[in-house]
Amino acid sequence: MEYEPVIGLEVHAHLLTNAKIFCRCSTKFGAAPNSHTCPICLGMPGVLPVLNKKVVEYAVKMGLATNCRINDRSVFARKNYFYPDLPKGYQISQYAEPLAEHGRIEIETGDGKKIIGITRIHMEEDAGKLLHDERNPSSYVDLNRTGIPLIEIVSEPDMRSAEEAAAYLKRLHEILVYLEICDGNMEEGSFRCDANVSLRPKGRAAFGIRAELKNMNSFRNVQRAVEYEIERQRHVLDGGGKVIQETRLWDDGQGVTLSMRGKEEAHDYRYFPDPDLVPVEIGKDWIAEIEKTQPELPQEKRERFIREYQISSYDAGVLTASRALADYFEEAARQAGKPKIAANWIMGDILKFLNEDKRSVKDCPILPADLAALIRLIDDGTISGKMAKEIIDVMYKTGKKPGAVIEEKGMVQITDESALAKTITGIIEANPAQVEQYRSGKEKVFGFFVGQVMKATQGKANPKLINDLLKKMLSGS
Amino acid sequence: MKITKEEVEYVAHLARLEFHAGETEKFTSQLNGILLYMEMLNQIDTTGVEPMTHAIAQKNAFRDDVVGESLMNEAALANAPDGRGDFFRVPKVIE
Repeated sequence: MEYEPVIGLEVHAHLLTNAKIFCRCSTKFGAAPNSHTCPICLGMPGVLPVLNKKVVEYAVKMGLATNCRINDRSVFARKNYFYPDLPKGYQISQYAEPLAEHGRIEIETGDGKKIIGITRIHMEEDAGKLLHDERNPSSYVDLNRTGIPLIEIVSEPDMRSAEEAAAYLKRLHEILVYLEICDGNMEEGSFRCDANVSLRPKGRAAFGIRAELKNMNSFRNVQRAVEYEIERQRHVLDGGGKVIQETRLWDDGQGVTLSMRGKEEAHDYRYFPDPDLVPVEIGKDWIAEIEKTQPELPQEKRERFIREYQISSYDAGVLTASRALADYFEEAARQAGKPKIAANWIMGDILKFLNEDKRSVKDCPILPADLAALIRLIDDGTISGKMAKEIIDVMYKTGKKPGAVIEEKGMVQITDESALAKTITGIIEANPAQVEQYRSGKEKVFGFFVGQVMKATQGKANPKLINDLLKKMLSGS
Repeated sequence: MKITKEEVEYVAHLARLEFHAGETEKFTSQLNGILLYMEMLNQIDTTGVEPMTHAIAQKNAFRDDVVGESLMNEAALANAPDGRGDFFRVPKVIE
């Protein structure tokens, strides 16, 4: 039977605040265990959580960026369950009245563009971290992460393939990072994703029974896990079996999803409004104020780059991969006045250098102004493109300006027509046989002459000038 | 009956409570008494009245995003029944 996969994603993103969501402990990653804790995030009795205002602002930013309706009023609720990473016995989250709802974003895959709905975005606190003892029957609890602000972004079950799921995830990730509200680090757990996957016979409206996938800490693993799960469920259904509603963990090493069977209690969270926290009311004025701080989003930027700089959609995609890179390109393009050429140098050379060194564009030794200067030097004929390749390499290694590198290497291009003509005359005189061949119609010999001139000038002659002069002089005029 | 013995057992399980013999029946009957008493509230017509979750009509109580002092690690672990090094130790929760 032909099946259609139905996929929905739940994404948890750490918000880049200084302090935790309900207390003043630091959110910095990597501190000594349990050193960023206080009576509030340790869940001591009698304490009062107070909401960090920045969390609301950041959550609203994401809501606006994903075309959600920001609710006038939202309420925190207690989600009750027992686990050692949750000292209070409940997680403060939002339930019946979340911050934002009914959003959508556009994704693009090999099959074209598609809109994916966002069910809701709500604010909540993160739980602590558990380390499991290899040899003893013990787990160790670090509560530094407890109370770090999260937004949970729940999609509609709108995705139909692992590729769409990965595209949606990447789009969310780039929006969060562009907004500068999340560092997007998947390895450190600042951006986490669970996937709900089910199959239904093609053409049927009702959903099949779904499995929830966890423990995928990279885009690639999300795609692999969803692909695996689709195949697994197809196999179960084709064999006449039934898919069980359960949580499955992705095992990266084996490349499979494994059931958490038996380890999971039936979920009954008994949500109720948290009496410690008062409702959040976000008026139009506040939203308008936040809207003013919204940056240009990646998709808008890509479209503008294609329109404004006449670069390809692929190039625009590469150049908008981060805000810093997009800014770098725009600055170099503006100063050089040649956007396409600036794009080529960045994508061909600068990104190669940076990738090799695993360096961010923010730390690039070549400043946009330096790249622009290099482009202008090619443009006005001072140097050839070939020389520029050599120069940019030195610029990257030393951080020197192109002018200084050219001077040091004595690399100025010969653009003096009379000097070059003299060299060409010498070459013509020294190779009468080839001249004869050329004049009798063997145009291939032309390459030989170009090579000779390049050699004689150590590659410093302007190639266009060589071509023009050679043609003129070889034809015997 | 507002609540069955099975429901009491279920709620007790969620709350990680264990009862001695006979206690489940006792609590079921007591909880029924309480719930039946509360049932009187349902006689009041609350049409058009917003459910109240707070005794005070407050909204938007915020703190600024400023880091303050945390507890020292020793203080954080002071009440822990089983502190180990910098950590709280608990029975293993995963295989």
